[in-house]
Amino acid sequence: MLKHESIETNAALLIVMTLAAISIGGLVEIVPLHFIEGTVEDVRIVDGPNKGKQAVRPYTPLEQLGRDIYQREGCYTCHSQMIRPFRDEALRYGHYSLAAESQYDHPFQWGSMRRGPDLARVGGKYSSAWHVKHLTQPTSVVPESIMPNYPWLSETPLDVVGLADKMSTLKMVGVPYSHTKIEFDANVEKFGEDVAKKLDINMAEKNLEAQAKLGDFDGNPDKLSEMDALVAYLQILGTMIDFSKHDEAEFVKFR
Amino acid sequence: MSNKHKITKDPLTGAETTGHVWDDTLQEFNNPLPTWWLWAFYATIIFSIVYWIIYPSWPTNFAKRGFIEGSTSISFKADSIKDGKKIVGGGEEMSVPWNTRALLAHEMQNDPNELKRQAMVKKVAGMALADVAKDPDSSAFVRAYGKGIFGDYCAACHQAGGQGVRGHYPNLVDDAWLWGGDPADIETTIRKGRKGNMPAHKATLSDQQITEAANYVLSLSGEAVDTGLAASGKEIFNTKGCSGCHTPAATGMKALGSANLTDKIWTQAHVPEADTIEAKVKAVKAVISGGIQREMPSWEARLSGDEIKVLVAYLKLLSSN
Repeated sequence: MLKHESIETNAALLIVMTLAAISIGGLVEIVPLHFIEGTVEDVRIVDGPNKGKQAVRPYTPLEQLGRDIYQREGCYTCHSQMIRPFRDEALRYGHYSLAAESQYDHPFQWGSMRRGPDLARVGGKYSSAWHVKHLTQPTSVVPESIMPNYPWLSETPLDVVGLADKMSTLKMVGVPYSHTKIEFDANVEKFGEDVAKKLDINMAEKNLEAQAKLGDFDGNPDKLSEMDALVAYLQILGTMIDFSKHDEAEFVKFR
Repeated sequence: MSNKHKITKDPLTGAETTGHVWDDTLQEFNNPLPTWWLWAFYATIIFSIVYWIIYPSWPTNFAKRGFIEGSTSISFKADSIKDGKKIVGGGEEMSVPWNTRALLAHEMQNDPNELKRQAMVKKVAGMALADVAKDPDSSAFVRAYGKGIFGDYCAACHQAGGQGVRGHYPNLVDDAWLWGGDPADIETTIRKGRKGNMPAHKATLSDQQITEAANYVLSLSGEAVDTGLAASGKEIFNTKGCSGCHTPAATGMKALGSANLTDKIWTQAHVPEADTIEAKVKAVKAVISGGIQREMPSWEARLSGDEIKVLVAYLKLLSSN
């Protein structure tokens, strides 16, 4: 019989046994997820030209760079992106978040703190002009806001150096950006051609510029700023699945 | 290092030592937990197992459903989707293993408070606005619930009291409506959103012409402007395109969301803040030369038709006060 004293007086054994003990909780929570079919829901587009394709797609290059800025500025320390399946949250924020909606987030931005409101479905809720005004000086539109000002976002040109490398790195951890023709064709099959084109690493910079120009997210068509990227990211959050076309029972069956 | 040593008794308290000795003399007393405390601890372990089963997270149908099927179930009505139109709870009754998603669906269909909320939203949506104001229950609901929706969806731009932000977001409590103030107009605005556009005139008009037009616009609201400049401004107003949207009488057109320029209400130009007539002219000039680009998002995807009707009733209550 292993005596407690012999564990306490043997540092290596103590470390091994401690690790074993504290990993049990994690293993019990994580391991089953890999055996449950539908841990990540399979949500398809219901109608239109892309009917039957995946509803949730990876971020476009512009949105992905916006997401990097979101992380750099620490937005996640005050804003969650996780609407829980509770009545009050459903009434305030909309449909609860699905695992599918953050499947291409590395790392995910669920967060654990809401000093500000949840942002999981902020996409399309406000105009881009509002976001620019709000990010530059939140109190100009929400007088009681305690959010800091981010005036440099409009002034700082968006750094696109290393964009392709960033996408390739994300590809290594499972985000289906495409390099080769085979990968591109697989994306056409999975997401439809229009989306597949946006996920092509070879076209990344061109796609980024086109989206920024078309969307003019920062209200300044002459400049590609960090504001362009961040607002493009915010405007896509939670908008990929059209819940008005899905039966609630469809999502319940995954749990 | 510790060495095996004899257990000794403290002469003062009678407590025993653990028998371990460090550094020749360092010993510790053995003060075990009270027995009842220790057994309470074991009882919590047993309770956790029972709780695990009842909660329910003990897998009961492992072969079929993996780890997720518990010992209790929950029922709710599925949605029905016909011709692309979704009716929440319009489908068949389902019974599934307990989970929080099913619980939410169940609560949205059965929770007494939720049913009360839905009933009130439906009741107010079906009433004429004049009746809402007369019925204390309904108007109390509109004030409370409407304030909630307004705070969530509208206040970020139009501000908590509906006063707006001059230069960006219109005031909703002043009884002037760019896109029409009939309940049906307001409903359309909320449902579909609006895009307000006035072209910039700095490229098409000279600075002098813009000054004249600004003087004319201010004269319409009774400001003491230079009458000579205002007279030539009227000419510009009528010939350079202003009257096309604002109408020759300058009262605006709700179909275009063009402002009434004669009502002394300034949603865009910072006229009320200006002290001198020069500052007022400057404020109007800024709008004429820079134009206006405003956008209100569409809300029909976030708010139900009935909720939008409650919101309209709330806005009407706000602006009638």
